[in-house]
Amino acid sequence: MFFSVFIVTFFTWLILTNSLEPSEVVIGLIVSIVVSTTFTRYYSIKFDWKLPVRILRFVFIYLPVFIWEMIKANLDVAVRVLNPSLPLNPGFVKVKTSLKGKNSKLALANSITLTPGTLTLDVKDEELYIHWVDVKATSEEQKQKHITTKFEKILKKIFE
Amino acid sequence: MSIIGYLLIIIGAFFYFLGGLGMFRMPDVYNRLQAGTKATTLGSFSTLLGVGLVNPAFLGKALLIIAFIALTNPVGSSVLARAAYLKGVKPTSKTVVDEYADEATKKAGEEQ
Amino acid sequence: MSILSYLFFGLIGLGVILAFLRMILGPTSADRLAALDMLNIILTGTIAILALTFNNGLYLDIALVYGLLSFVETIVIARYLEAKK
Repeated sequence: MFFSVFIVTFFTWLILTNSLEPSEVVIGLIVSIVVSTTFTRYYSIKFDWKLPVRILRFVFIYLPVFIWEMIKANLDVAVRVLNPSLPLNPGFVKVKTSLKGKNSKLALANSITLTPGTLTLDVKDEELYIHWVDVKATSEEQKQKHITTKFEKILKKIFE
Repeated sequence: MSIIGYLLIIIGAFFYFLGGLGMFRMPDVYNRLQAGTKATTLGSFSTLLGVGLVNPAFLGKALLIIAFIALTNPVGSSVLARAAYLKGVKPTSKTVVDEYADEATKKAGEEQ
Repeated sequence: MSILSYLFFGLIGLGVILAFLRMILGPTSADRLAALDMLNIILTGTIAILALTFNNGLYLDIALVYGLLSFVETIVIARYLEAKK
């Protein structure tokens, strides 16, 4: 637990200083040890043997889908904003999710915020409250199909 | 490579402009946040990646800033939208459904 | 590359003016905070472009710290508004 936080901190230090001089590295080691002993209890990064597979899945399956959805979201925003009549059909909807962990819920909420027309307001237990610019459906299944299913499947493989 | 970089920066600047336009034209806080957050996040991704491509020495730090923005920006706008709702900012009159109202009144009751 | 600089600084300037108008007009304090949040992120990107214009890597550190601080600022003011009613 302590060690995983230390690795993340030290890696961030290396990127920030952008050099491998001995003095920089030694100071980085000291700072990382202090930071990781102080803040260990606030982190929850799990290190296990499946981690490389999960990182590969994250980079090669999650990121392309995420970036594509983001570009779609921005074209959607552009069309709405540039249209003189400003087409809107907004509403607040409640969607159930099957994800359990804190990290996976955070990732899901962030993904929903950055995908077309949706903004997460609140997460409570297994329910997400979402502001939707263009409400297309009100039944539970249809809402899940439109908003969460795509990312839920991918995130379940990565985080759980 | 630097041509692609400058192209990305111009696309990013255009999305910043769209974000500002959305922020100005949309009718209520929640729709403004939608437009503002999405457009500026992709604008920042594009701009920073462009800066990294034009000058490869900046690439590592630019990617780090992109990661931080991807993590923090949606969280910030979520918290802001929730605060606006709980504070009692009325959504626009075009709003179709509101399934958050019960939850919000429950929350307000708990606090008192 | 000066013509290009005019192009992207011009576009960003238009966006900033519109967001700033929203900040002045905004009927509620939540509107103002939303506009401020957006201005902060635009500024982060602009500082990165300045790093390229002046060819100085230090500006990227400023952009990083500015981005993190603006996040904290948004969260704190939003929490304050939520509790204040």
